[in-house]
Amino acid sequence: MRKYVPKDSVQKKAYYTDRFHVVPSTPREKVDSDPVYAEQLEALAAKVEVKSSRIELNCMVVEINHEDNFKALEVLKEECGYAVLTEMSAVDYLAKDGNFEVFYQMLNLKEVKRMRLVMRIEQGLAVESAVPLYKSANFAEREMFDMFGIVANNHPFMKRILMPDDWEGNPLLKTYPLHGDEFASWYEVDKIFGKDAREAIGPENRDEAKVERYDSKRFSRVGYEVPFGADVNAENETETAIEYSKTFLVDYNKGDTKQLKERK
Amino acid sequence: MQQPNKLSPFFENLNFERDDNTMVVNFGPQHPSAHGQLRLVLELDGEQVVKAYPDIGYLHRGIEKMAENMTYNEFLPTTDRLDYIASTSNNYAYALSVERLLGIEVPRRAQVIRTMLLELNRIISHLFFIATHALDVGAMSMFLYAFREREFAMDLMEDYCGARLTHSAVRIGGVPLDIPSDWLANMEKFCSNLEHELEHTYNALLQENRIWKMRLENVGVLSPEDALSWGCSGPMLRGSGIAYDIRKEEPYELYPELDFDVPVSDLNDSYGRYRLYMAEMTQSIRIIRQLMPMYGETEPQLMAHAPQYISAPKEEIMTQNYALMQHFVLVTQGMRPPKGEVYVPTESPKGELGFYIKSEGEPYAYRLKCRAPSFFHTGILQELLVGVYIADVVTIIGTTNIVFGEVDR
Repeated sequence: MRKYVPKDSVQKKAYYTDRFHVVPSTPREKVDSDPVYAEQLEALAAKVEVKSSRIELNCMVVEINHEDNFKALEVLKEECGYAVLTEMSAVDYLAKDGNFEVFYQMLNLKEVKRMRLVMRIEQGLAVESAVPLYKSANFAEREMFDMFGIVANNHPFMKRILMPDDWEGNPLLKTYPLHGDEFASWYEVDKIFGKDAREAIGPENRDEAKVERYDSKRFSRVGYEVPFGADVNAENETETAIEYSKTFLVDYNKGDTKQLKERK
Repeated sequence: MQQPNKLSPFFENLNFERDDNTMVVNFGPQHPSAHGQLRLVLELDGEQVVKAYPDIGYLHRGIEKMAENMTYNEFLPTTDRLDYIASTSNNYAYALSVERLLGIEVPRRAQVIRTMLLELNRIISHLFFIATHALDVGAMSMFLYAFREREFAMDLMEDYCGARLTHSAVRIGGVPLDIPSDWLANMEKFCSNLEHELEHTYNALLQENRIWKMRLENVGVLSPEDALSWGCSGPMLRGSGIAYDIRKEEPYELYPELDFDVPVSDLNDSYGRYRLYMAEMTQSIRIIRQLMPMYGETEPQLMAHAPQYISAPKEEIMTQNYALMQHFVLVTQGMRPPKGEVYVPTESPKGELGFYIKSEGEPYAYRLKCRAPSFFHTGILQELLVGVYIADVVTIIGTTNIVFGEVDR
């Protein structure tokens, strides 16, 4: 039987985990412990429903419903002084509970505070674009769309940004393999030579560490040297004696060495 | 509209039957002033830009995807390839986020060395900026002078870690090496030399240069509101009159102990930003000068003592069995940080560089997002370029100081 490979996450996993290993958690505090954050959270909670909140490693993390994202960002910008949207993207939790986690990393320059607005969103649903409030969301949302396939509604130019426009699949999903999928291996062949040439060229090798034993054009093996481009396979490969260059070899048996009596 | 067929192919840079008579021009991705792989699609009315569309992704290597498939220590050399002009600042930003996640303290000597390397990298990056920016605008001699000094700075990096471009000079938990014996003396020589050159060559060549000023003044004007809205950071933000330097405001490493100024310009244009870069180099020299005597007062320990996460020093590994066992586990399986998420901002030469790391307690990061300043600075181009003449396009690309390793990741 073939080895079972989980389909929901093809990322690398630890090959060994100690049964008794208890994963610790980063220190988390309540938002009340910081008066500035507490005030901001109060202002936010007055307008939108706050599902959970904490302070984790100098950063307030507030979880809201995904429908409220624009309203929450508006409150944060207008009332709480978060003038900069530093970063926004998503985390793929599809394998665990069928959701994405979208986060907005914000910065308040005046009070030097950072906070992260977090929300869960199901696959296939769209978020409301933050571009009317923060122009930095323009590129960030396009990148999120490109990498995860999460659409931002009312975005001025919702288009792929890093990958080609005609690409299939979203590279940062956990189901997407590191070296690309079937589509990726044919993409350039189809694009440059056309689909008719698939048979003649073959799929692209996207694993740059791959070594093909019988490819005599790109690889050679010590002890099994053959001419460039020779047709080799398991049947006809023969061992060749390793020939060393005589130039650098010193024959110590010839007797023309002499031992010094004292240091020069 | 064009109707392409086999006899009349589609011309992508020509719109034949448009009332407004604009022309679409592809700028890049292979263009000497594109600073890497920037493709700009410009719609031109005569020589004026009507619409600009920055098209990126020509250097996309999926570094965030790679981070999910590598252990934390394995990933560190990959961060060199983000902003390849100042690799140590990437290594540092990544190492710092992991250290905050682990909650470990770095020994003081490592902190001194790290801060010195960070400032040296800032100088290297700023020299590169001055050189290429001046070359784009047309001052070729400036390029040669600034690259001469940059070579000396890279020699110092080479003396420290053996690499000139992809340093990997910072490790999670400290630094791998102590500085060589004559390094500080060479550093002092470099600093005094650069100080002299800054004043007598660079400033003398550019600061009051009539052509330089005409090309840069009132070009690429970015209002403070726009700078905030577009998520600008670093010299782009301070060039718009907002004094926010992460080294000062959210201090890390030894910066709270050091005495330095944050230059700010309220000119909002390319010339103001150029002056900022020059002033920042002077401040970096000042910081390095303060760090040099600090080095002698520190204990020789270089890596943090956290056996659960970080391998013991080489001597211990070679002499003590338990240290060897732990080293073996850490190398073959990788460290397992606590469950949680962290975002740590640092002031890289280009702006705010931060790593958001989501850990599920596995040896592989569940998600790593690299907040690269250049990515957001590229976004401004679609607004900043509208209405300018095509000759100024190159100036504006230069003044944003974008590096494509970081934009595309």
